[in-house]
Amino acid sequence: MKKLTISVSPHVFSPVDTRCMMKGVLKALIPAILASVYFFRWQALGVILACVAGCMLTEYAMRRLSGKNYTLNDNSALLTGILLALVLPPALPMWMAFLGGVFAIAIGKEIFGGLGHNTFNPALLARAFLMAAFPVALTTWNQPITLDAVTTATPLGLAKFSQQFTHWMPLFMGNVGGCIGETSGLALLAGLGYLLYYKIIDYRIPAAYAATVAVIAGITHLVAPAKFASPLFHLLAGGFLIGAVFMATDPVTTPVSPRGRWVFGAGCGVVTMVIRLWGGLPEGVMYSILLMNACTPLIERVTAPRRFGVTGRKAA
Amino acid sequence: MKVLSFRGGVHPEYFKDISIREPLRAAPLPRVAVVPLSQNVGAPNVPVVSKGDVVEEGQLLAKSDSFVSSPVHSPVYGKILDIKKAFHPSLGPVLSVFVERDQDKQPRKYPERDVENLSPGELVGRIRDAGIVGMGGAAFPTHVKLSPPEGVKIRDLVINGAECEPYLTCDHVVMTRKTQEVLRGIELIIRILEPERTYIAIEDNKKAAIFAFEKAIKESTRSALSQVRIAALKTKYPQGGEKQLIKAISGKEVPPGKLPFDVGFLVQNVGTVYAVYEAVYFDKPLIERVVTISGDCMNRPGNYIIRVGATIKDIVEQYGIEIYKEPVKVIVGGPMMGIAQPHTDVSVIKSTSGILFLSEQYARDLAEGTCIKCAKCVDVCPVNLRPTKIMEAVKAGRWDAVERFNPSDCMECGACSYICPARIPLVHYIKDAKSYLAGKKRK
Repeated sequence: MKKLTISVSPHVFSPVDTRCMMKGVLKALIPAILASVYFFRWQALGVILACVAGCMLTEYAMRRLSGKNYTLNDNSALLTGILLALVLPPALPMWMAFLGGVFAIAIGKEIFGGLGHNTFNPALLARAFLMAAFPVALTTWNQPITLDAVTTATPLGLAKFSQQFTHWMPLFMGNVGGCIGETSGLALLAGLGYLLYYKIIDYRIPAAYAATVAVIAGITHLVAPAKFASPLFHLLAGGFLIGAVFMATDPVTTPVSPRGRWVFGAGCGVVTMVIRLWGGLPEGVMYSILLMNACTPLIERVTAPRRFGVTGRKAA
Repeated sequence: MKVLSFRGGVHPEYFKDISIREPLRAAPLPRVAVVPLSQNVGAPNVPVVSKGDVVEEGQLLAKSDSFVSSPVHSPVYGKILDIKKAFHPSLGPVLSVFVERDQDKQPRKYPERDVENLSPGELVGRIRDAGIVGMGGAAFPTHVKLSPPEGVKIRDLVINGAECEPYLTCDHVVMTRKTQEVLRGIELIIRILEPERTYIAIEDNKKAAIFAFEKAIKESTRSALSQVRIAALKTKYPQGGEKQLIKAISGKEVPPGKLPFDVGFLVQNVGTVYAVYEAVYFDKPLIERVVTISGDCMNRPGNYIIRVGATIKDIVEQYGIEIYKEPVKVIVGGPMMGIAQPHTDVSVIKSTSGILFLSEQYARDLAEGTCIKCAKCVDVCPVNLRPTKIMEAVKAGRWDAVERFNPSDCMECGACSYICPARIPLVHYIKDAKSYLAGKKRK
């Protein structure tokens, strides 16, 4: 016993580290990635590669410029790239996708100080940027599988502008127009199952989000079935599932207090449905999550957990 | 069987198999016992012996006149070599009595005595004189615990056999090999406190202990034991924390800054109960205890009856323990709350439950990463804290904001640090916050 290490307790740790958690999310994305490549072929592959390249190169460059240690091996830049790609349209020019990746890391993450310090979900922030910069490219959709250059409408667009409600089956399978990774409900639900089973995410945000969307859609559908689609449609269409499973559960930009996570999820649901039903855009998942990201510090403040041993009004 | 639990907690790997089937082994007596004068919470002791004195086994070495204190006794027959500073496992160098053992003397025999006619006050007196302190780790003088303040009624007595720390099996062997003795100890405590209900709380991974007590209670003819129930607890760390035990058993929460007796509870560790039994029935002071020696670096792991004052170095040499793998850490206590020692010249004290020799593989030191606010620490905290928030405030030096997150509620169980995927020593930051707040209060 030559040299003994002294350190504070505990001396043992859970085998799950940050890298392992990121890897878990990447694994949970595999079904969605496969579905995107199946439905949108080389277009999907191109968008994914461009986004990942944009993210990873930017992180490397910014770390090098600022003289900080490299963090690429924590897998978070890779994850951001894939998440961004999955919420972009298939026919997007590769350079735009690459630019999105650059923006996600540079403005979405690194200028805040890197992993763990950003206010907004980097992938969604980059998507919002692309939406503002290239509105036409970001709303041009083509047919899955055939990749017809003829532009098509997304199910949400059809529902909003022509009261045509797509059947739930194609929405569930993914054979509809939309962003490359959002179309297949089945693939995303498989990912959700994996994340929950391995306790990589907490159930509260997706549960609150889904419940709120279902309740609002249910009420409006009952009141005016011809004008508003059913809850099932709203849960399967557009970016709801990818948003609820992979974006609204991003730990960095969501509350840590358990009650705060319920509030966060419910807030996302309300904003999403207000935009979908009464806003100018067919889809509101992205803005709802970004808006709730901004509210996170406030939510955190008002949802402090009940102090152990204190009940009633003195709590919190 | 209904299994009780609390909210939060973690599931570390237990490694109890290393030592759980090992019998209670009487260890060789120390050649030189190094007995720290103060081994417990409370007023410091003053030595009553001086250098050169010849002492008997069990003879008083140091005491204090204050009520919240506990005397220490000589663990062996021998001569006082010196009274000087020596290494205490959690306090560092403290004044200690060095007793050189007289090799020719056999250990003392303690004849059994009649205890039926002792009053509760006399029982508490014997416990006090024997220097019994909480042996689960806190080392709070037991006679103080057994003398609740005026007007406080202990309705529920909990005997804590949860033993939720990984590696440790000392309580388990006491429960399975000294079942009758522990029950007689419980009877004594029931006589002192007259509680309405008594529970023996055991995690459900220690089926042998649960079975042993169930059988012994069923077969017992003693009327006092008929009210004793076994509370099977979910195997989860920190199930053995006082506040978690009470929560699991009754649903009651001990308010911040309060003690179990404020909700009518009293919790005693099984090891302490066994010591109470020996103290009362045999007039034997607390000079030895069961210690689990375990880890992946040595042979002969097990549960040893070790004299207080034996040093780790001495134990390794005398017990024929061969260290065949270089340990990176020697830990006194369990791996969750135990203390890593800088060397092995450290004495076993009354609250030493384990000595662990862990290699690189099982006690890695990991670089602190960045918090990604995954909230796992919030989810596992058994007292509803948000460790990440406290850590952030401490790191940023926002001391004014720290108090809002109630760091003083933390009992330093280490569940948050254990679970943190970024390997942030959260407990360490919370301790910083606590000492800052304590300092502010003093001003």
